[in-house]
Amino acid sequence: MKVTIDNITLEVEQGTTIMQAARQIGPEIAPPAMCYYEPLKASGGKCRGCLVKVTAGSEKDPRPMPKLVPACLTQVQDGMIVENTINEEVLETRRGIVEFLLLNHPLDCPVCDQAGECHLQDFSFEHGVSNTRTAEERNTFEPTDLGPNIQLHMNRCILCYRCVYTADQITDGRVHGVMNRGDHAEISTYIGKAIDNDFSGNIIDVCPVGALTDKTYRFKSRVWFSKPVEAHCDCEKCSGQVTLWYKGDEVIRVTGRKNQWGEVKEFICNTCRFDRKKTAEWTIDGPTQISRHSVISANKYGANLIQPAFPISQAARDYKLINDDRDRSFLTDQIKLEAKK
Amino acid sequence: MKLSNRTKVMEQGEMTLAERMYLPAIVGGMATTLKHFFSKPVTIRYPEQKRYLGPIFRGQHILKKDEQGAERCTACGLCAVACPAEAISMVAAERKPGEEKLYREEKYAKVYEVNMLRCIFCGLCEEACPKEAIFLRHDTMVPVFNSRDEVIYGKDKLVEKMDQRYLRDGWK
Repeated sequence: MKVTIDNITLEVEQGTTIMQAARQIGPEIAPPAMCYYEPLKASGGKCRGCLVKVTAGSEKDPRPMPKLVPACLTQVQDGMIVENTINEEVLETRRGIVEFLLLNHPLDCPVCDQAGECHLQDFSFEHGVSNTRTAEERNTFEPTDLGPNIQLHMNRCILCYRCVYTADQITDGRVHGVMNRGDHAEISTYIGKAIDNDFSGNIIDVCPVGALTDKTYRFKSRVWFSKPVEAHCDCEKCSGQVTLWYKGDEVIRVTGRKNQWGEVKEFICNTCRFDRKKTAEWTIDGPTQISRHSVISANKYGANLIQPAFPISQAARDYKLINDDRDRSFLTDQIKLEAKK
Repeated sequence: MKLSNRTKVMEQGEMTLAERMYLPAIVGGMATTLKHFFSKPVTIRYPEQKRYLGPIFRGQHILKKDEQGAERCTACGLCAVACPAEAISMVAAERKPGEEKLYREEKYAKVYEVNMLRCIFCGLCEEACPKEAIFLRHDTMVPVFNSRDEVIYGKDKLVEKMDQRYLRDGWK
């Protein structure tokens, strides 16, 4: 099947969604995903962050689709033409989507443990506007206790349902879910239950915002002060493939390994996540590859040094060749010297 | 080899009688020295006397408190990541119930240290701060150190005292 996304044509298999096709091209083309999570079945379609414009439905029926369609749910058809970042309507809509997602989201990034690896931060940085138009009070919820390991900040939740799907598909027996409807919807456990399943910690990894965070990591450090290292261990419950986050010599956090879309492919158990926090319990595979533009690689010297894109492009643009046609005849001796060498 | 054509050959002629006596030159020099006894000195007697520091001078760091006396800093780490000299370090802690009057946010800096030997007083921490917590005072310089133990300023030296608050023009 032939599909064209942002003027780039590629061949994909039948049944591929626009999102998966765009991700095959690369991160510049891929639409943002706040709720779609590839390893989880039926996820997607909640946040509307990935809306794209289909200017030609298929080869047989080249009429454009009347409205923007979610890229994570729409399957490609042969000859489909999709516009993502080159369509002004899409970008305008995304600005609106960011505004909707941030309607009730508190501005507590300085406090939030997710800051620096938060998908909502990235999304609003790339697609949002810097000022707010609302004067109304934001929704606030009473703090709910989800058990000894997981901290819930309902105020930050964007209701993406990822954690609900994780609990359904990874663990046996979900004890939490989304209660109430509309503006009152909130993540909560069934009365008197704590989330204590062996794989429940994965809901921390799948959460795109800081609504579900690790209690053992709470306020220990900021993400960009810690150093991620890939490691593995022999665990009878899970694959044991994890990322260790170091601060100095101390392991302050253990997470699953995330790919470039921020998705964990191999879910890890709670013993690995919350209890194994000594270097001796792990076999270290090597440093995690972090994008050089990520704040996580800030102040860490080496190969992935941050290259500030704007000043470099500005310097390249404003570069002027210096007029240097002085008389250099007296330098002939010097040139001869160099030739001799 | 001549590098340029600007070379000038100086020639010294025979000295006159007055020049050979040296005395007129010495008197002239003395007169110049004497003149400076009566002119205004260009230096000041620091530290007894202090020069005026401008309104945008960047001096000693201060961690501001709000009107209720609660610390504004929430240990977000943006000052530390913005610091080109890596002079700032901090340890965060969670606010306990009952400490609402001490700290404004849920999280606060339990330890906040600025290494004054590393600091280059560029003011980037002030610019990065989202909570308007850290400022470089325009009226106070960091005093001279006598030993290495004095160079790391902790919260005891940095946090604003409520009886001597730091205010700037244009602030409420």
